[in-house]
Amino acid sequence: MNMIEINKLNKYFGDLHVLKDIDLKVKEGEVVSVIGPSGSGKSTLLRCLNRLEEPSSGDIIFEDISIMDDEQHDINELRQKMGMVFQQFNLFNHMNVMENITLAPIKLKKINKNEAKKIALDLLEKVGLLNKADAYPSQLSGGQKQRIAIARALAMSPDVMLFDEPTSALDPEMVGDVLEVMKNLAAEGMTMVIVTHEMSFARDVADRVVIMDAGNIIEEGNPKKIFNNPEHPRAKDFLSRVLNLF
Amino acid sequence: MDFSFLADYKGFFIRGTQITILLAFFAVLFGILIGIVLAMFKISSNKFLKGIASVYIEFIRGTPLLVQLFIIYYGLPYLGIEFPDFPLFGQNVGDFMAGVIAMSVNSGAYVAEIFRAGIQAVDKGQMEAARSLGMPYLMSMKKIILPQAFKNILPALGNEFIVVIKESAIVSIIGIHDLMYNADTVRGNTFKPFAPLIVAAVIYFVITFTLSKFVGLLEKRMDTE
Ligand SMILES: Nc1ncnc2c1ncn2[C@@H]1O[C@H](COP(=O)(O)OP(=O)(O)O)[C@@H](O)[C@H]1O
Ligand SMILES: [Mg+2]
Repeated sequence: MNMIEINKLNKYFGDLHVLKDIDLKVKEGEVVSVIGPSGSGKSTLLRCLNRLEEPSSGDIIFEDISIMDDEQHDINELRQKMGMVFQQFNLFNHMNVMENITLAPIKLKKINKNEAKKIALDLLEKVGLLNKADAYPSQLSGGQKQRIAIARALAMSPDVMLFDEPTSALDPEMVGDVLEVMKNLAAEGMTMVIVTHEMSFARDVADRVVIMDAGNIIEEGNPKKIFNNPEHPRAKDFLSRVLNLF
Repeated sequence: MDFSFLADYKGFFIRGTQITILLAFFAVLFGILIGIVLAMFKISSNKFLKGIASVYIEFIRGTPLLVQLFIIYYGLPYLGIEFPDFPLFGQNVGDFMAGVIAMSVNSGAYVAEIFRAGIQAVDKGQMEAARSLGMPYLMSMKKIILPQAFKNILPALGNEFIVVIKESAIVSIIGIHDLMYNADTVRGNTFKPFAPLIVAAVIYFVITFTLSKFVGLLEKRMDTE
């Protein structure tokens, strides 16, 4: 079953045509990595999925519901089922870790405080930060912040997780911890769309890799095929550049 | 200089100071309410609300407080909106209300800019994270943005209070018995052209200086948090 179906999605920023007739499907339980040069529209595509960015035209179907249909469906309720993790973490600076994680479940799902805390502790254990429940974001390293941000998103028990370069702002020695958490999520069957520069992660963990260039999806398919045998010249060009870094 | 008149007239200065502080307090209080609404309009994506807020803010900041005061004091009764006319603690309530309204309307424009700047200084990732969790706009504002913006806003509000206390001297013109008005009364009664005004100036200064020290402390504490 398709969890997300993107049909003829276009996005303009003023005159700038950033997404050009994008079609993409994400199946339930699938892990899709989106790669491509900087400025190719990866973040914009991801942010259109929960309408942090307003699509200019086209449609996005999420669990058989058009997220563009404001009359029938409240976008805020749809967003509860789509967790998002940002490059810059965006933890709530004025709240401690526990409050960061429990705020949305308490306010939006009307879960009582104690239960929300129990869920939060389980998630903290899962991301390996049980001892940081009382810490404030300013007291955490980048890698810890990002793992908390993942826990915060998971606390809403979303059906899909959207990651926008979750490790790009991290010191190299922190990247592994975050990728580990994401790997475990994937293994549990979470549906994930991951914009990333981590080619080895895309190769090893993703079920499917999508390459974007200048607002188009120029190639997609199984990671082995994409990395060993890309067809599109721009895809070859991009991969040869990034894979040389390894 | 001879300050012996203070023995007989110190009550004038005390009552005047009370009225001045009371007036400034209410002006800033209602100014904050007006300012929050205007700031919300200003940062909203609704062009109409944005326009209203911009016009209000520009107009108020581009015209003298004295003109605004007269428009409200003389203009509103002319339009059929009468101020009440009875005394309370020796102060005509209607005049006081007119003064508070004029000062709040004026201060609201400045407070709006304080709030707008404070809100926009909060990283926009904070709003995005809140919205991505499914929190509606106003809830995100209230739970995430405003508490963080307050850090920048609180000291600036303290400064606005100081400005309002100084500017409030102008309401003596419509007969509000504030510090300025009472100092002028003492000047008339004692035939001393100078000393009563010096006393008023010193009182204004002591109030504003104390407040600005307090704001300074506040800024420091907010910084270390
Ligand atoms: N809010 C915005 N306003 C105007 N242009 C934008 C905005 N966000 C992104 N862009 C432009 O859209 C293009 C795609 O950006 P983005 O989706 O962030 O690319 P990527 O994530 O692949 O690096 C870039 O040219 C970028 O400058
Ligand atoms: Mg990006």
